[in-house]
Amino acid sequence: MPMVWCPEMTAKSQESLHDAGTPSSHEETISREVVVANSQGLHARPAERLAREARRWQSRIELVADSHRVDGKSILDVLTLAAEAGTRLVVEATGPDAREALEAIGSLFDRNFNEHAGSQDS
Amino acid sequence: MLKLQGIAVSPGVTIGEALVLDAVGFRIPRRFVERSAVDTELARLAHAITDTSREMEQNRDRIRDELGEQYAAIFDAHLAMLHDPRLQQELTAAVRDRNWWPEYAVSRTLRRYAKVFQSLNNHIAQRAHDIYDIEKSLLRNLLGQRRETLAAISQPVIVLAHNLTPSETANLDRRFVKGFATELGGPGSHTAIVAEGLEIPAVVGLGPFLADVSGGEPVILDGNQGTVILQPDEETIARYRLEEESAKTVAVRLSRLRDLPGETTDGERIQIMGNIEFPSEVDQCIDRGCDGIGLYRTEFLYLTSRREPNEEDHYEAYAAVVQAMAGKPVVIRTLDLGADKMLTERTPEEERNPCLGLRSIRLSLRQLPMFRTQLRAILRASALGDVRVMFPLISTIVELRQARMVLADVMEDLAEHGIEFNRSMPVGMMVETPAAAVMLDAFIKEVDFVSIGTNDLIQYTLAVDRGNKEVADLYNACDPAVLRLLRRSLDVAAEAGVPANVCGQMSGNVMYTQLLLGMGLRQLSVPASAIPEIKQACRSVSVADCRLIAEKALAMDGAREVKTYLRDQLRRLLAETVA
Repeated sequence: MPMVWCPEMTAKSQESLHDAGTPSSHEETISREVVVANSQGLHARPAERLAREARRWQSRIELVADSHRVDGKSILDVLTLAAEAGTRLVVEATGPDAREALEAIGSLFDRNFNEHAGSQDS
Repeated sequence: MLKLQGIAVSPGVTIGEALVLDAVGFRIPRRFVERSAVDTELARLAHAITDTSREMEQNRDRIRDELGEQYAAIFDAHLAMLHDPRLQQELTAAVRDRNWWPEYAVSRTLRRYAKVFQSLNNHIAQRAHDIYDIEKSLLRNLLGQRRETLAAISQPVIVLAHNLTPSETANLDRRFVKGFATELGGPGSHTAIVAEGLEIPAVVGLGPFLADVSGGEPVILDGNQGTVILQPDEETIARYRLEEESAKTVAVRLSRLRDLPGETTDGERIQIMGNIEFPSEVDQCIDRGCDGIGLYRTEFLYLTSRREPNEEDHYEAYAAVVQAMAGKPVVIRTLDLGADKMLTERTPEEERNPCLGLRSIRLSLRQLPMFRTQLRAILRASALGDVRVMFPLISTIVELRQARMVLADVMEDLAEHGIEFNRSMPVGMMVETPAAAVMLDAFIKEVDFVSIGTNDLIQYTLAVDRGNKEVADLYNACDPAVLRLLRRSLDVAAEAGVPANVCGQMSGNVMYTQLLLGMGLRQLSVPASAIPEIKQACRSVSVADCRLIAEKALAMDGAREVKTYLRDQLRRLLAETVA
């Protein structure tokens, strides 16, 4: 599907409820870019799937959109991203199982959270 | 400090602690737990979370069975929010480190999330409802049987709510509720009328603000300006304290008017009557020196009790008012229910347009047994003093005749049973539809008096829902169309020699006093709180001057022009009075 970069959607990043913290230096942080493909954006259900997946791993998982950084294990935090369809996010994983975690989460985005792009549920 | 602008519906300035009511009426005061009790309270919180979680799981399973997996997934999202690790950390920290009462911690923390969601310019904003849902479930499980409601208030508070129904407002305990503010509502709504009757300062139509406030915080409510100030600073509090004090001084000054007649400087006697909803308000009217009760709104008998009032309920209320007034006139208006005054059990089906639907006299003429019960009670009360009956929302002559016929029938019935009543009890009608105003020359031959209800007359003439924020600015008593209907009605009544009265908010607003007297009005019916001010205004003007003002206002073709002019005239009057 076509990916549209809509900076105004994410530039309006809200005041974060939490400081998600910066990874400590001795742990390796790896990251990859993903695109929100759901027509409804990163709404409650994919956010729930994402947080559930993130919690399976020991590593710290963070999502970054512009200047907005959230805890991937917290559905509430993820929702505050208000990521619309087409938004590019960077997923960062820090910790012993970072590589596997990143792969699993990246794959969730790739599979569009097992939703059809045109799904009307939210 | 956060200043919110709403619609002023009941005057007065007050400072107090906030009591926040959400849709189900929970009360969330700011309380702290003893250090020694922290572990017990944390256990209670954990227990509530477990219970809430179980409820959500049950809902999910039920929905899955009924509607399928797609829908059940929503509850998975709720569960995930409830068990969100960050949320849990925050709640625990609030209780353990800040010693917040778990209820308060839940309310504060979740409302903060809800607020962030609401601020998102995105469909995620809808998730705020989920957060409120979770808050509600958690609070219900935390509070359990100890749920506190409006009825159980035991200390002075300012009530902040999404909305209050007229009956909820009517049941507010005046000893403790110093004021209230709501997100919904408009001027002239019945909640507003009740607030004014109870003399509780009130502001409505503030829009969403409850997410910004927690119970127990100090709040300033200014029912004169229609403002609410959250988290006020010291300076602002001091300024409002001063205002509170000076208002008391003015009230004392106005109270000296009590025993003086409402007489203009050129010797015209103006009758100043009181509007009431409850028998208890009669004392407030008498204390302020009223000439009678010009409008007794009986629908509150229906709104404040769970069952339909019987004849004795009606009679007791009316008798109390009539006896207290000791020979002075009491105009009892029959049931004016329907539309926003809701009596849900009775509404046969959802009306698409309740203001234009089955309400008021239309409802009474459909529900004859109910109507007869009320008329019997009014007639019985007529044996005790100067009782007059008035029919609301008359729009055709047929309705007036039907209502009179039912009344005659009830009279006959009472006479047959040898029950005492006043055979020549005056019968009047409200003029509150354009139809009634236009056709008044026909109606006037069949009534003993008329009362012009400006609230509805404005709404129907200008086709504006007074409770709808989007169009509320079109609702304007100064509109020339309204003024012409008023003048016509007063002219027709004067020509026929039938007494006319104006009730409704226009008569209680001192800005309109000169205009109304100038158009020939000699009787005003106003809320008790407005009696001294209106009397003072009447005593400061001459009918001759008022006529000039009315002529000038009636020649104008725009509401804004009229309003500016009347405001100037009022300013001039006040300047003279003070000088």
